[in-house]
Amino acid sequence: MLAPHVSLRDITRRCGNVVANDRVSLELLPGQVHAIVGENGAGKSTLMKVLYGLFQPDSGEILIDGRPVRLPDPEAAMHLGLGMVHQHFMLIDTLSVTENVVLGREPLQGLGAFDRAKAEADVAALAKRYSLPVDPRARISQLSVGAQQRVEILKALFRGARVLILDEPTAVLTPQEVDELFVVLRALQHDGVSIVLITHKLGEVKALADVVTVMRAGRVVGGGRVAELTTNQISELMVGRVLAPLRQRTARVPGESLLATRSLEVNDERGLRAVRGVSFDVRAGEIVGLAGIDGNGQHELLESLAGLCAPHAGTISIGGHLLAGHSARAHREAGLANIPSDRLKRGLVSDMTLAENLVLGRQREASHGPWLGGPALEARARGPLAEYDVRPPEPRGIAGQRSGGNQQKLIAARELGKRSAGAPPVRAILAAHPTRGVDLGAIEFLHGQLLAARDAGCAVLLVSCELSEVLALSDRILVMYEGRIVHETTPAATNERTLGQWMTGRVASQGESA
Amino acid sequence: MSASRPRLAAALGWAAPLAAVLAALAAGAVFIAAIGESPLEIYALMFREAFGTGYGLGQTLFKTTPLLFTGLAVALAFRAGLFNIGVESQMYLGGFAAALVGAYAPLPGVLLLPATLLAAAVAGGAWGAIPGSLKARFGAHEVINTIMLNFIAISLVSWIGRGLFETASVRTRDIAAGAWLPRLDTLLPEFRGAPANFSLLLALVLAVLVGVLLFRTRLGYELRAVGMNASAAEAAGISIGRSQVLAMSLSGAIAGLGGVNFVLGYKHYFELEFTGGAGFIGIAVALLGRNHPFGVLLAALFFGGLSHGALVINQRVPRELVNVLQGLVILFAISAQAVAARLARRWA
Amino acid sequence: MEVLLFVAAALRISVPYALAAMGAAVSERGGVICIALEGIMLNGALGYVLGAHATGNPWVGLSTAVLAGLATAWLHAEVTVRFRADQITSGLGINLLAAGLTRFVLVRVFHSSSNSPRVVGLPDWDLFGLSRLPAIGPLLGSPLVLLTAACVPLVWWLLFRSVFGLRLRSIGENPEAAASLGLHVPRYRTQGVLICGALASLAGAWLASEQHSFNDGMTGGRGYIALAAMIVGKWNPVGAAAACLLFGTADALQIRLQGSAFPSELLQALPYLVTMLALAGFIGRAVAPKAVGVPFDPDQR
Repeated sequence: MLAPHVSLRDITRRCGNVVANDRVSLELLPGQVHAIVGENGAGKSTLMKVLYGLFQPDSGEILIDGRPVRLPDPEAAMHLGLGMVHQHFMLIDTLSVTENVVLGREPLQGLGAFDRAKAEADVAALAKRYSLPVDPRARISQLSVGAQQRVEILKALFRGARVLILDEPTAVLTPQEVDELFVVLRALQHDGVSIVLITHKLGEVKALADVVTVMRAGRVVGGGRVAELTTNQISELMVGRVLAPLRQRTARVPGESLLATRSLEVNDERGLRAVRGVSFDVRAGEIVGLAGIDGNGQHELLESLAGLCAPHAGTISIGGHLLAGHSARAHREAGLANIPSDRLKRGLVSDMTLAENLVLGRQREASHGPWLGGPALEARARGPLAEYDVRPPEPRGIAGQRSGGNQQKLIAARELGKRSAGAPPVRAILAAHPTRGVDLGAIEFLHGQLLAARDAGCAVLLVSCELSEVLALSDRILVMYEGRIVHETTPAATNERTLGQWMTGRVASQGESA
Repeated sequence: MSASRPRLAAALGWAAPLAAVLAALAAGAVFIAAIGESPLEIYALMFREAFGTGYGLGQTLFKTTPLLFTGLAVALAFRAGLFNIGVESQMYLGGFAAALVGAYAPLPGVLLLPATLLAAAVAGGAWGAIPGSLKARFGAHEVINTIMLNFIAISLVSWIGRGLFETASVRTRDIAAGAWLPRLDTLLPEFRGAPANFSLLLALVLAVLVGVLLFRTRLGYELRAVGMNASAAEAAGISIGRSQVLAMSLSGAIAGLGGVNFVLGYKHYFELEFTGGAGFIGIAVALLGRNHPFGVLLAALFFGGLSHGALVINQRVPRELVNVLQGLVILFAISAQAVAARLARRWA
Repeated sequence: MEVLLFVAAALRISVPYALAAMGAAVSERGGVICIALEGIMLNGALGYVLGAHATGNPWVGLSTAVLAGLATAWLHAEVTVRFRADQITSGLGINLLAAGLTRFVLVRVFHSSSNSPRVVGLPDWDLFGLSRLPAIGPLLGSPLVLLTAACVPLVWWLLFRSVFGLRLRSIGENPEAAASLGLHVPRYRTQGVLICGALASLAGAWLASEQHSFNDGMTGGRGYIALAAMIVGKWNPVGAAAACLLFGTADALQIRLQGSAFPSELLQALPYLVTMLALAGFIGRAVAPKAVGVPFDPDQR
């Protein structure tokens, strides 16, 4: 059965104040591999969620084989042959592969019994047909990430998907798993399935796609047949500007080591080793940027540096003090400031006021004896709120109601702000994805604050997925891959493409290529 | 986005409990009408009896007092993110301890009263610390544990009391006069005859203290942070386990003190099952009062008034109607608050 | 003989626990905490007495018991699934409501604040001559005992072999994933709660049938123990029933030892202590369905 011809015409969708999709039009021809590329926030995921029925467009229409259709929910989309493999898998850990794949369309036996044997046979046959090696009886919790992704693909195929949408599929895969995925996708294409690949990795586009569409800031800015475009052309369309120049900074000779690890080993939630033998120093007056794809151990590294998770082995020093065991409080008292990657989870108490959030982590410093709160707290808040341009600067405002940018500025005001006399000064700063989900104006401001901290003699560890940010701010760059530091360089000596290669597991023996 | 939206959302937060009360009263009216009585007349009678006469107000205050203690206890625990369903047994053990100290401790008069109060607080606090520690150390959910402890407390008291109870009835010896809490009618003769006593004043003081603790101290700040976002509190260097144990202990201590209303201020001895469900109603009080000391005050007064008012109408409408209303209020209150929270999120 | 009598007593005591615990397991497997067990049982007991009193027919009583239980469970489902309010406090509210409501009805209909008049209990069946066995016989002749025994494999089959059970369990583990596949989460959760209501009401009916009357507060905390048994039994009907047997044995033992030197109060407290130990992880890890207690919000994607 041939895949349908899918057309998206003038799709517009707003998320809050942001126009996530601005009159986007796209043609998905049957049997093609169509890549949609763009940076974070370009609108790619939103567009596909509209196609899959998860979001409703504010205007525009979707046509399947020329007929306009309404997709009120994923079921309608599945009915029409659309299938989606989400970036965050929708799998039920305690159930088996077969159970996950057939859920909702289970074969019946007798009075409402689940015909497990038939289901397993069906799943095995499907897997064989599309060369998706998977054990129908295995429990999801026991599977590797790559295998889980195959289950997600099987789920879609089982429901008759002829158009398969994959949202950043390689973000969580090892290079071998990526190769395996490509084999699968080519087999699917051979079978007549259309594939939509949402990605920001141009190597994949070149390797797999027939057609590419480039999105930027919610609009389609270009595209065409992949064979006729160079990666440079595509990336320029994606970025839309000359790469941001290195931020002006005072030349500084870095001082003593203020944040150091030696042979750090940290396990993740599942008990698997996520950080392997990491050793580095961040010195006073320098910004070290840690580049890497999410999921290569950065989260566990940050948690252990912040004192929130005990390392399995190795040491951490802050401000020159070796820290034993783990306690977020001890790390803070040694001079650590933490701008966490998940601001709503780790950085703020959404239901508390701005004034209250400004002392989170600094409550001992802000209290007079046992007393903390009231008008004194609000008065104390006015200065930082104004200085860090948090809008509106109302101390009684509720943190959860501020925009992402203002929330991040609030956290920065708290973490980077000057400490009172008697409180331990800030020596080292962890800044994890400090500008994620933040508007341009706030980004400029926050970058300025980080540089100011560096100039004042702090050690800053910047962890970010945005290579442009890493390149713009860092004095030195480290690349993290599969739990290890695999490369060290400076912004002057490298570029986004090279960093991207290191981030995806390039082996050192290959020569540097521009 | 106008500035009135968030304010509207906040107003919704206070409208929800009010709506819940009205809805429960309306549902109660259905029951009353089903029996053939006039709801308005019945409610008016209840109100007049509960708040309209000196004696009635005194009785209302007497019934309000334990609810104030338990409501505050539950509210404090909720603020730290914990369900303290054990207030009933914490109050029970508090009263028991107070009675034992009051009846048997060879202390001079001036020390006896403080000693009994201390005993009540320590007993309740210890009984609250147990589930708090289990939660902190093992992550064991405090709901089931506190319910289990409610039952264990009954067995514990029966066992300890075996040798101590007066043979004819199941109660302890009278406590020494030095530990008696005087009645309010010594101050305000309007309350003559009503068993409302100085423990009410203790409750009011506690209400103020809890408010100050929660909103004006660093400790209260940390407890609230743990309750609202434990993950962020952890990142801020606050010890979640320590906060949990502390919150449950304080909560238990407050509940324990609530036992003195009956034991020191009214009967002057301990008897089995004296708590009469004040612990569970305390949960309703805390919910309705949105876990704020002032709200708890109003809610406790409401339930206390209901409880006494029901006695007067007992000839015409079974006073058990009040229990029905209590349950309905909880259900309506949480439903209204869930809806209000969703609307507030959407409008903010 | 002594042993047989003891076993019979233990089984007898376990029946209401087992029914309620299995019901709770179904509800919680779907993700809805059912603290309301106590209230459902109480309403079920009163329902039985009302029906049996009005018609003199115990089977009618059984039906009214189930109706009462379903109505109570439906209320819990509405508050927690439709309004998405907190499940624990909803359960507590329902228990309070049931306590008050049953007292209200007791006073109003039977003019007593403590117990109803005597009603007929469920008759014994003579199935395969089982009821003529010594000691155990009367127990095996009771329809509800047989039903309970039948429920264990039945509920197990429902949860682990049927399509409904597969879907329910998926919703209890990851409702977002289930919803993304088109499963209607609120509907399945409600059905789970209703099944719990039916089973727990039977537990209440058993109590009332055994006593031949309704007494104020006659459930006496059994609902909470049943919840504890469910946890100890790891949300599995077979495990829950086994845990109930354990608790029932402790209870029977405690009655046996009353009057002897051994403090009966400690035995009374045994089931509760065992539960606390289980929760602290001393009896293996008790892992609840992942999404239990979390209201499902379709807008939070």
